[in-house]
Amino acid sequence: MTETPTRDSASDAAITDFGIDTTSRSTTEAIGDYFRRLRGGELGAVPALLGLLVLVLVFTGLSDSFLTLNNIANLFAQGGGQTIIAMGIVPVLLLGEIDLSAGTASGVCASVLALHFTQHGNLLGAMGPTLFYGFVIGALVAIALCVVMRIWIGAGMAAVAALIFLLGISPNPWVEMVLAVCVGAVIGALTGALVSKIGIPAFVVTLALFIAWYGVVLALVGEGGTIPIRDSDVLFDVANGNLNVLGSWILFVLAGGGYAAVVLFRHFSRLRHGLVAQPTTLIAIKAAAVLVLGAVATYLLTLNRSPNPALTTIEGVPYVVPIILVLLVAGTFVLDRTRYGRHVYAVGGNKEAARRAGVKVDKIRMSVFVICSSVAAIGAIVYSSKVGSVDGNAGGGNTLLFAVGAAVIGGTSLFGGRGRIRDAVIGGLVLATVQNGLGLLGYQADTVNIITGLVLLIAATVDALSRKRAAAR
Amino acid sequence: MNEPILELRGVNKSFGPVHVLHDVDLSVRPGEVTALVGDNGAGKSTLVKCIAGIHGADSGEILFEGKPVHIHNPRDAAALGIEVVYQDLALADNLDIVQNMFLGREKTSTGLLDEASMELAARKTLASLSVRTVKSVRTPVSALSGGQRQTVAIAKAVLWNSKVVLLDEPTAALGVAQTRQVLDLVRRLAEQGLGVVLISHNMNDVFEVADRIAVLYLGRLAADVGAKDVTNNQVVELITAGRSGDLGLARPEVAAV
Repeated sequence: MTETPTRDSASDAAITDFGIDTTSRSTTEAIGDYFRRLRGGELGAVPALLGLLVLVLVFTGLSDSFLTLNNIANLFAQGGGQTIIAMGIVPVLLLGEIDLSAGTASGVCASVLALHFTQHGNLLGAMGPTLFYGFVIGALVAIALCVVMRIWIGAGMAAVAALIFLLGISPNPWVEMVLAVCVGAVIGALTGALVSKIGIPAFVVTLALFIAWYGVVLALVGEGGTIPIRDSDVLFDVANGNLNVLGSWILFVLAGGGYAAVVLFRHFSRLRHGLVAQPTTLIAIKAAAVLVLGAVATYLLTLNRSPNPALTTIEGVPYVVPIILVLLVAGTFVLDRTRYGRHVYAVGGNKEAARRAGVKVDKIRMSVFVICSSVAAIGAIVYSSKVGSVDGNAGGGNTLLFAVGAAVIGGTSLFGGRGRIRDAVIGGLVLATVQNGLGLLGYQADTVNIITGLVLLIAATVDALSRKRAAAR
Repeated sequence: MNEPILELRGVNKSFGPVHVLHDVDLSVRPGEVTALVGDNGAGKSTLVKCIAGIHGADSGEILFEGKPVHIHNPRDAAALGIEVVYQDLALADNLDIVQNMFLGREKTSTGLLDEASMELAARKTLASLSVRTVKSVRTPVSALSGGQRQTVAIAKAVLWNSKVVLLDEPTAALGVAQTRQVLDLVRRLAEQGLGVVLISHNMNDVFEVADRIAVLYLGRLAADVGAKDVTNNQVVELITAGRSGDLGLARPEVAAV
């Protein structure tokens, strides 16, 4: 950033001092400005989107079945679970912390869900007294911790988990999903308290918990065991079902219309206050582009994409899409438009500055872990639904690392302070595309993992180089 | 002479056996820049921290606008209208100027951040300080120069209608032109009727902007004099020896306790 030379007219200490700030710019200026920022190293989501485009083109060229409606819809469901876990981990990464346990913690949530569902709500019988009372005590401790730290939502969710455990509510797919998310909140509260109140580095806490939760999953489902959940249409449909055609269009109207309304409302509100704003044409073009793309995507997904159109009909937007959209909108809203979100960024940027400014740093640090594990539980519901069962490997293996990878590929920094929820979605899409495309080409796990690793490495390189460039100015 | 806005009377502070501040009296008047000078370890930072509420004073009185007050924590100080600009600035690099200026005290409407009114208020404050070096109030702090950052930190203190601003070595890490900007800004704060306390090691800076100079020597106030009444050499002697001719502590051996 170059300093503008000090102007001599000292008396006009008016708002014109920020002349550039007040007037709205022309479209060409705005676009030029955007490219200047890109060159300056503020890449944002551009590299990931370009990478995604390249991947799609390559796979389309190599495989006939890649760019088919059926495969694209399938790709959403395949990548849904890890993408949602990645969305949950973004706030943790924003603080410069890490949650290695989010994967296996989500496995615990999925196992509890599956046990409660298959054992008719009798968790005491299903888990055995040791684990059962361990969970109950954990939930009570989590409630206490959340109350002390004034994280009311976390306390409420932990209380719901404790109630479902103790009351033995009869199985119901919706109750199961609530239970899973609330167990996630309990786990997150415990993790967060260890990090923020006791002061153990997050890496160590979550490494230990990663191992411990893996053991809990094994204890819950049994060594080599599998708990099927496909008996419930609701649970199975989360990742495998689709909105009907009408529902798909309603989703489009809500999401697309909502997006356009919010963007335009904010734009005109800024203009009304005399603040600098993007040119109206540019905003309109942006909103229109999103609407058109959304309409095209919705239309394509409402076509019958069954491989055997004569026998079955598969049409509509997969449920995974609205689930991710809701999380994306809610997460972006909280991070961008609330004091809480602002404080998350502030703590990630400069913890000491935030503390001196009166931000309750401990509370923020604990709360992001609650968010992470709760959202990871939603991811667990999706990936369990996709395979129709929960086994001893639920959330284990590479789940967490892929989630972190997705966030990083999308542009979230591991050093804190930089990142958005949408990064996780874009990065998750990149990873899902790699996995899906290579699978279609007949490559086995070896190649898929090597390529996935290289993609992550490229993303990290682009990030590091762009940061260097930004710092060098 | 106008009434002091902030007055310290007989303030003592010890850390265990170390007696850091001995019966310090200090007056800060609105519209004046009071330079607080002294060698390393003289107690300048401790004194500032006592005023800012980070340390409590062991004994002595603090009067604000003529009334005795008790400052137990930084929030008490902020509530009175005392703001401190720390040496290490305390800005979050990843946030922009507006976000930093309102950090911890964000304006909200119906629970949501009120970006428009925060941006307007930030711009108004910067404009009132005649800050012209910042192109846009939406520039992230990471893209600002050292002087611009200092400007933002000072403007943040002004934004809250504070009455007393304490600046801890604001020019320590700055180049010539940037020091110029910051000193101009310090002067403008005083012209707006604020009481300004400037801690500095740089005698040129002190003589350029200060109306009064308070010298701390081993935890005692060696002198509190008008800047016009002393020379550079006298101040240096006060800092290093605690006395200079008729000025300063009467008996050096007492001061050396």
